[in-house]
Amino acid sequence: MSETSAWVIFIAAIFTNNILLTNFLGMCSFIACSGQIKTSLGLGTAVIFVMIMTTMINYVVYHFVLVPLSLIHLQFIVFIAVIAAFVQLVEMFVERFSPKLYFALGIFLPLITVNCAILGASLFMIIRNYSFIQSVGFGLGAGIGWAVAIVLLAGLRQKMTYSHVPKPFQGVAIAMIVTGVLAMAFMGFAGMVAIQ
Amino acid sequence: MDYSVYLYSILSFSGLVVLLAAGLMIAERFLINYGICKLDINAGEKPLEVQGGQTLLSCLYANEIFIPSACGGKGSCGHCKLTVTSGGGPVLPTETPYLSRKEVRSGARLACQVKVREDIYVRIPEDYLNVKLFSAAVESTRSLTHDIKEIRLKLNDPPEISQRPGQYVQVQAPSPDGPVFRAYSISTPAHEPTVVELVVRLVPGGIGSTYLHNLHVNDGAAFTGPYGEFHLNEDPSVEIVCVGGGAGMAPMKNIIYTIYDRWPDRSCWLFFGCRTTQDIFYLDQFKELERKHSNFHVVYALSDELGPEEKWDGETGFIHLSVDKCLEAGVARQAFLCGPPLMIEAVTRVLEEKGLPPEDIFYDEF
Repeated sequence: MSETSAWVIFIAAIFTNNILLTNFLGMCSFIACSGQIKTSLGLGTAVIFVMIMTTMINYVVYHFVLVPLSLIHLQFIVFIAVIAAFVQLVEMFVERFSPKLYFALGIFLPLITVNCAILGASLFMIIRNYSFIQSVGFGLGAGIGWAVAIVLLAGLRQKMTYSHVPKPFQGVAIAMIVTGVLAMAFMGFAGMVAIQ
Repeated sequence: MDYSVYLYSILSFSGLVVLLAAGLMIAERFLINYGICKLDINAGEKPLEVQGGQTLLSCLYANEIFIPSACGGKGSCGHCKLTVTSGGGPVLPTETPYLSRKEVRSGARLACQVKVREDIYVRIPEDYLNVKLFSAAVESTRSLTHDIKEIRLKLNDPPEISQRPGQYVQVQAPSPDGPVFRAYSISTPAHEPTVVELVVRLVPGGIGSTYLHNLHVNDGAAFTGPYGEFHLNEDPSVEIVCVGGGAGMAPMKNIIYTIYDRWPDRSCWLFFGCRTTQDIFYLDQFKELERKHSNFHVVYALSDELGPEEKWDGETGFIHLSVDKCLEAGVARQAFLCGPPLMIEAVTRVLEEKGLPPEDIFYDEF
């Protein structure tokens, strides 16, 4: 089991090992929903919540169901099923108890089901042998890291509507380039803390 | 080699999925329960009480109010538009592609996307309230050309339909993802209320047309209707011009036979565009009608070059050229067009040059 403290993992997941900017997971919704800060904030919040909850549930499922039954080869498909079911459940809860949030999140909530960063976080947790507390720290950190990245890009893209982007680079192309620059900037954090 | 690991894997994964599905169903039972909500139609005209949590479309359907919908509530056809004055929540991203800004301002929504969560007030066009669900049996089918069939449906319940010429029905066709509805114009005239006849062109891969083409005599069928905004001008001095192309014959047949049932001397033109002599149908019976009624004129035109075996002494070229040639300018008219978009566009231009105001030109585009 990894010796790093949960707090360090939390910080590292946001900055040095940002799931989006170092692993490039969850790129589809990252590019598609980063047009405006408001929508990206909504999506980011939803991702944080779903990511921390699914890492916790998947931790329990993995260590108390799959490992005892020696079925760890099923982890991919089981994690996907758990994530899909959990997102459905959250959608129902939000719809029932906070219609306002439901309409604000709109189609983003179901979109999270197919966000590979969520599955990625669960898989990293297994690969890196995290304990439960470490997994919570990692899930929360990875979610916040993803949200920070998308809000940053949304802010930049909003500004970019006023700049003269050469025609071949307009739209997704410049978003990709900006993402690359962002990722390089985040490399500056690399020496701060390290997790593997 | 030990195969039990496969068995265990399949069993435990299926078990997990069943567990998750059961959990979701229980959650749905308790969470998506909004109790009984009031559904008010046209400001008190038809107050209903419905179980909350369903879509507006299914609530209305359950109460026998049939809003046109081709996709079966998936939000992909945009036909089930109606006005929600209050209680529908904000417009959803799934609806915006189908609503113009003006429609959004006036409260238009897609009934299949609006969920009933509280008391809801809607406005539904009067015509839709008269729409019924019909069950019928196939009386006869007849091939008109190599890909067009005439299908006569004898009504069982209710036994009669009250329709205006130019209106259409939505035939329920089975598909792998549940029933879908496809719109077809009624080609029988209004004075034959016990039968609904459809003229259906087989579209390769089309769900509705494949289903209808494979029906046999005495097979059952279900449809809702009638729908459609067209009102025939009741003034007999106004000339009626019908222009069709391809398979766009059904509404015109209805209009023409209704006219000559009510006004034997009324002036009416039928223009029909085909590609080859193979595509011609109903010409004999319209020629017959032309002999009986001196003010009825029928013009068929072929757009393709004649083949070596073909004989044709009528018009050639695209149908809008024949319209241009035959009609005089400045006569009071009402026009009904039915066919492919390019034909409609060309004919509309010709008719407007002849002095017909756009509000007197109706069309069914497909």
